[in-house]
Amino acid sequence: MTGEIKIRVNEQMHSIAADPDTPLLYVLMNDLQLQGPRFGCGLAQCGSCSVLLNGAEIRSCVTPVSAVVGKSVTTLEGLPAWYARQRKLANVPVLHPVQQALIDEQAVQCGYCFNGMIIQAADLLSKTPQPTEAQIRSAMNGHLCRCGSYPRVIKAIQRASHAMKTAMDGAPEVILAQETQAREVAP
Amino acid sequence: MNQIGSSALFPRREFLKAGGALIVGFSSAGAVGDALFAQAAAAARGAAAGPPDPKQIDTWLAVHSDNTATVYVGYVELGQGSTTSLLQISAEELDLDMSQVSTVRLDTNLTPNQGGTYSSSSIARGSPAIRTAAAEARQALLQMAAQKLGAPIERLVVSKGVVTVGGMGGESSSVTYGELVGDKPFNLAFTGSAPVKPVSDYKLVGTRPLRNDIPEKVSGEYIYLQHLRLPGMLHARVVRPRGQTAYGSGAKVASLDESSIAHIPNARVVRKGDFVGVVAEREWDAVRAARDLKITWDIPPVLPTSEGVYDAMRAEKTGDRVVLQRGDVDAAVSGAAHLASGHYHGPYQAHAPFGPNGALADVKSDSALVICSTQDVYATRNTLAGILGLKPQQVRVQYYEGSGTYGHSCYDDVAQAAAIISQLAGKPVRLQFMRWDEHGWDLYGPAHVGELRAAADANGKIIAYQYDGWHHNWSAVETSAQLALGTPAAEWRDGAAQMVNPSDCGGMYDISNVRLVNHHVPGMNYLRGAWLRSPLDLSFSFASEQTIDDLARQAKMDAYEFRRRNITNEHWMGVLDAVAKASKWSDTPRPPASKLSSAKIVTGRGIGLGTHLTSYGGAVVEIEVNKETGKVRIRRMYGAIDAGLAVNPAFIENQISGQLVQTASRMLLEEVTFSKTNVTSLDWNTYPILRFEECPEVFPMVVQRLDQKSTGAGEEVMAAAAGATACAFYDATGVHITEFPLTPKRVLAALSRA
Repeated sequence: MTGEIKIRVNEQMHSIAADPDTPLLYVLMNDLQLQGPRFGCGLAQCGSCSVLLNGAEIRSCVTPVSAVVGKSVTTLEGLPAWYARQRKLANVPVLHPVQQALIDEQAVQCGYCFNGMIIQAADLLSKTPQPTEAQIRSAMNGHLCRCGSYPRVIKAIQRASHAMKTAMDGAPEVILAQETQAREVAP
Repeated sequence: MNQIGSSALFPRREFLKAGGALIVGFSSAGAVGDALFAQAAAAARGAAAGPPDPKQIDTWLAVHSDNTATVYVGYVELGQGSTTSLLQISAEELDLDMSQVSTVRLDTNLTPNQGGTYSSSSIARGSPAIRTAAAEARQALLQMAAQKLGAPIERLVVSKGVVTVGGMGGESSSVTYGELVGDKPFNLAFTGSAPVKPVSDYKLVGTRPLRNDIPEKVSGEYIYLQHLRLPGMLHARVVRPRGQTAYGSGAKVASLDESSIAHIPNARVVRKGDFVGVVAEREWDAVRAARDLKITWDIPPVLPTSEGVYDAMRAEKTGDRVVLQRGDVDAAVSGAAHLASGHYHGPYQAHAPFGPNGALADVKSDSALVICSTQDVYATRNTLAGILGLKPQQVRVQYYEGSGTYGHSCYDDVAQAAAIISQLAGKPVRLQFMRWDEHGWDLYGPAHVGELRAAADANGKIIAYQYDGWHHNWSAVETSAQLALGTPAAEWRDGAAQMVNPSDCGGMYDISNVRLVNHHVPGMNYLRGAWLRSPLDLSFSFASEQTIDDLARQAKMDAYEFRRRNITNEHWMGVLDAVAKASKWSDTPRPPASKLSSAKIVTGRGIGLGTHLTSYGGAVVEIEVNKETGKVRIRRMYGAIDAGLAVNPAFIENQISGQLVQTASRMLLEEVTFSKTNVTSLDWNTYPILRFEECPEVFPMVVQRLDQKSTGAGEEVMAAAAGATACAFYDATGVHITEFPLTPKRVLAALSRA
């Protein structure tokens, strides 16, 4: 039955009156009014609703809210702060490097799947900072995109990985300027 | 709801008035908030029902005192970037820069009626009015400036909305647009007479400014339809059979036990005819109520099944129409040196938007607000008015982007359902379709049967081409209206997009004897159908380009050289050459089919041409076939488009990239399955699409033609890529594939027949 549930989301404690079986997604969307996690299938098939639970990607659409009590949920909105904590940065960046890289690659079409893409890519880069292309494809394989943005998402993850490495080497975290690959063909 | 933490990340809830209802969006501070307030300011302008008068400049744009402009566009943003492109055109004509122009979402009280966002026409049909309105507004602004500055118009120069007298400096000799009109209406008739800029003066059109929606889509601040809430609303779900039933034969409620959801707090059933929905205060309660409600249906077992659909269509009494007749195909074929023929099938395929459609509705006795992701707000308004028993002017429809829809998915159906539920419940509602609703009750891209024959002479010139195509038309009545009101099923009238397409079917080649026949299959007792990105074109090209390749082989010519020999049109030649060059086609000649590799995994490549209704698409596809497992992988795809003037080539490259990946998905994986009673492909497991691991490398190319009119660029490479994929399969295996998608089962069957 409906009771009070305390959950930690983006390092804030929230007290929620919800049935403990309620999927976390509905609590995040409706009670906490977050825009990152969103409904896609409700079946854990697409990755639209992804969040980090103690730093690992999960599908919030099939995770009962009661299952995250005592754990830490990070949504897209809290990702830059999560990244800053991970990397012990003095300041919280506006965006996670993979978000910036997706802008630089102009990877987005409709963009609805990008919540999950970003969450999964952040998870990947935190565990495998320099992934091979095969590792990227494998890690991202559970995230679908109807628009076909996969090739640019792969490039963006590579770009973010490079930017993070540059930062590790001591240089400031610089995101490369967008490559303008003019592919226009003279008639 | 108990104490919501006042998270520092989410300090703002945005409230704004729109159509008498309060829309609540939520976002972190910044750009979206500002955009919402801009939207609110615009709402004040749209107090009355539209469409606003297209003959007034004020309908198309407003200049603000901060020297920015709002452009009112009648085309929706679907993630293709066309909104930014239309702003590029506006800024170009107004001599503003991109940071000074913005637009608002479509709204029947606010934005002009430019028709639906269909057929990749946002730029082709949308830009002329917007370009000339901007040019005319600039002319009016210059007249005002001339008076203010006391200088003749010819001496005025404009940069970023600042008008100066040429050759003079200083404050006194300049004035901004904002100072000249500053939020006041122009009150000017739009005559269309102002001259537009010559191409040689373009500074923005043809360049690559970034899309204005991407930063918010990446940060999470972008507000999709699915994020909206209305105050006092209930959450709603529809209750339907899992998987649609035959169009026209419907599904009837046999039994319904409302007490079966008594255990769910505040949940209740709403019903009108055979339309059943549930509402609840909390969303999960609505989801559970829809899941737990005990309901049984009478469903007639009249569908032909996904296995039997092609034979069923071929056996129907059809409405036949000769689309094109030129010369005498029979006579030309009789003496031809080379003759190719074939019989091909293309399946029903789903729009399957990544986020299922949703809608919000607040229906009162004398007004209604419906917010949805329709591609045509005015058409949706008219249909909703009829369903609700209101006048069109009493209904306000607002567009919010959902996830990419690629044609007529359930966006109208969900809008109608939300409106019906709101009317029944007497409350504002938010309806979210579940995955199985969207996958199961879609208006699918129709299945197709194509029969071809074509002939070439001894010199490798194509001399005859005949295409007979069978398919049903688009369904004209949405499921909600059928279930609630018993509205009889009907089909659209035949239009160019619903018939055998001369541009795909031989039209790129110079052929003297051509016959194209459309066999219209009556759509009753099939699945619902509508346009799916590049409608029917994938099926046409799949059949047609394999037939052309067959002639090339008989003529002992390379597939690319054979096509070149049969093309004179410079646009087709341009895209063909572009993909051949990029893929280094001529550097790597392939062995003839008789000398194919006997290895387990073989590779092949194909070249193809195709389009939709306008523009020119070319593609080269490289594939790999595992002959033991039947698994096909597409390794690389090259796609080129000639769409006239490419306003923003970067957006078109992104479109081509998406078209190629989506074509790979549709050629290898996608097919709607159905039994005699219901559709059975209801989620991403039963209707798989391409994933990261199978995604090919893609190489998009744009043939830029600055001096020509812009034509569509959102779907035209798909047909070319579908044809090239089929040709690549033959190149790898020496076997025709007569039906797609190229699933292992189908591939193994084709290989074993050979």
